Amino acid sequence: MKRIIKHRLFWPIAALLVLIVINTIARPSFISVTVQGGQLYGPLIDILRNSAPLMLVALGMTIVIATRGIDLSVGAIMAVSGAVALTIIQGSPDPNGLGTVLIAIAAGVLVALVLGVWNGFLVSVVGIQPIIATLVLMLAGRGIALLITGGFITTINSEPYRFMAQGYVAGFPFAFYVSIAAVIVVALVERRTALGVLTEAVGINPEASRLAGVRSRGIIWAAYAVSGLLAGLAGILYSSNIMAADANAAGLYIELDAILAVVLGGTSLMGGKFTLAGTVVGVFTIQTLKSTITFLGVPPAVSPLFLAIVVVIVVLVQSHRVRAFAMTLGQAVRGRKTPTSTEVAS
Amino acid sequence: MTTTKLTPAPSPITTAVQTFLSRRGSWVPVFAALLILIIMFVTAQAYFGNFLTPRVISSLLLDNAYLLILAVGMTFVILTGGIDLSVGAVMAFTGMLGASLLRDGLPVAAVVPAMLVIGAAMGLGVGVLVQFFGVQPFIASLAAMFAARGLAFMVSLSSIKVEEPAILWLQSTRIQAMPGSWFITPTGILALLVVAIGALVLAYTRFGRTIYAIGGNEQSARLMGLPVVRTKLLAYAISGVCAGLAGVVFTAYTGASYPLNGIGTELDTIAAVVIGGTLLTGGSGYVLGSMVGVFVYGTIKTAISFLGAEQSWTRITIGGLLLVFVVVQRVIVARSSRR
Repeated sequence: MKRIIKHRLFWPIAALLVLIVINTIARPSFISVTVQGGQLYGPLIDILRNSAPLMLVALGMTIVIATRGIDLSVGAIMAVSGAVALTIIQGSPDPNGLGTVLIAIAAGVLVALVLGVWNGFLVSVVGIQPIIATLVLMLAGRGIALLITGGFITTINSEPYRFMAQGYVAGFPFAFYVSIAAVIVVALVERRTALGVLTEAVGINPEASRLAGVRSRGIIWAAYAVSGLLAGLAGILYSSNIMAADANAAGLYIELDAILAVVLGGTSLMGGKFTLAGTVVGVFTIQTLKSTITFLGVPPAVSPLFLAIVVVIVVLVQSHRVRAFAMTLGQAVRGRKTPTSTEVAS
Repeated sequence: MTTTKLTPAPSPITTAVQTFLSRRGSWVPVFAALLILIIMFVTAQAYFGNFLTPRVISSLLLDNAYLLILAVGMTFVILTGGIDLSVGAVMAFTGMLGASLLRDGLPVAAVVPAMLVIGAAMGLGVGVLVQFFGVQPFIASLAAMFAARGLAFMVSLSSIKVEEPAILWLQSTRIQAMPGSWFITPTGILALLVVAIGALVLAYTRFGRTIYAIGGNEQSARLMGLPVVRTKLLAYAISGVCAGLAGVVFTAYTGASYPLNGIGTELDTIAAVVIGGTLLTGGSGYVLGSMVGVFVYGTIKTAISFLGAEQSWTRITIGGLLLVFVVVQRVIVARSSRR
């Protein structure tokens, strides 16, 4: 029992389970999953589907945070990649062709990768603080996306593209498979090779790991590139969900949700040790929380207040002062019992 | 080589410049920003022909008064080595709250101080999280940003019109400062006053010098016996007060409060402060520089509306300019640490 509580994923998973239980009590239909024409429907399935863009972004964010960085530009990159893909499809003679859609997706993701590489260049080669280096693109990115779409919200009709976010394969949403595939690929690359350990080394002490022969520059650079790539994919999913490229709304505040998911999962913002499983749990927690807030009848606009409360609770639990206080409290409680036992012993 | 060659005696101007650079090196980015501002003015005047008119320059201050006030508060926080992402949302929340209190018939004399106090309280909250619980400033102020935005929507989901004459007076009064069409509004005077107070406090008070000391090296400042905790808390509180005041000014500017006001303003503010030559690592920078940064921002915005181009270019240009300045700062820091 103690080992379960001590496990670092215990609290994140407990929080998620508590949320699900509360939801189920408040509305028993929450955990019901219905099958309609071979496709699964239900609030839980919706959470799986809607969490896909956040999952992709949060995965990249986990790697970047592990290198002691942060990537604020993911939302803007999402907007750019969606804008690129939809503009290509809109301009093509055959918007329903599979080839067109694949080219559009590839182009969108490629542009996102380039933007990620640019971020990595600023951080690892030029040596700018990550917050500021990615702030540049956060500011400029949405402007670029607006220029690509010509200031309009580009809308398209393309069945293959719609499939990305709204299609089903073997009962589950296709977007869910995309996010799971990304989780598996990132986990395999980070945890089945030495890369994950090297990333943690860079995050814990960049200078020491450089002296120990770790190519910290390349690792940091790659982290931002991966984050950009995954954000690009998330942008495709997002734009496919609404079938429109909205340069202002796409991925708005997703960087904050992603950072929150990473922190909720137990990865420290100070860099170093990271947990991908924790991030996955964190993403589901946030998505469930959002669905709860909507269900409670709170206007979506007020939902940031709840997120703020959650953030404050999480960071307070993580802080040393509160832990030390809890520790002394625990000792005081135990202390009342121990004197009797020591008396017996003596 | 060098001994055989007679170097010409340096002219008094070069020596003066060298003395200035070595003694007041931290002012160099401010002058760089000023130079860029002048170049932008001259280019815009040459291109449009009617850019440098009293009316345009006067509206520059009028349109960016709220940003100027926010930038002063942000400068205090950044100088301590922190950051405050909550200013835009706090501005929106105090504006909403003030507008709704005024609608309920409360007197202005009570509402405006209430707005300032709430701003200060939110800033103080961020400071407490940062100082006592070891939360990174980025995350702590992010939480405050979420909270303030949510609270703003809680006050009202739709825009609230302000009909209070005293608030509207701040904006509608055009004081003819000089002959011609130069004018200044009470909001502009307020903003300049905040800049002046901020600059004086930072330069000449014990509190101001402590802020620079903390930004330079917090550990050393603590070991020197400087009141680090109190000063940092106060810096965040000042940023909050400035956000509250900006809420007043922005409400006067738009004549109404809308909960979505000021989205992205925190980024504009940070960009203006950085362009104005304040180092994000803390310890070096000036309120006057931030003022120049705000004017650079305002000029870009005005020039783009003169061009009739998409306003999205403003953000792109600011992003590019921010990049240039950060790289220049990086070079300056690298050079001074090598010395």
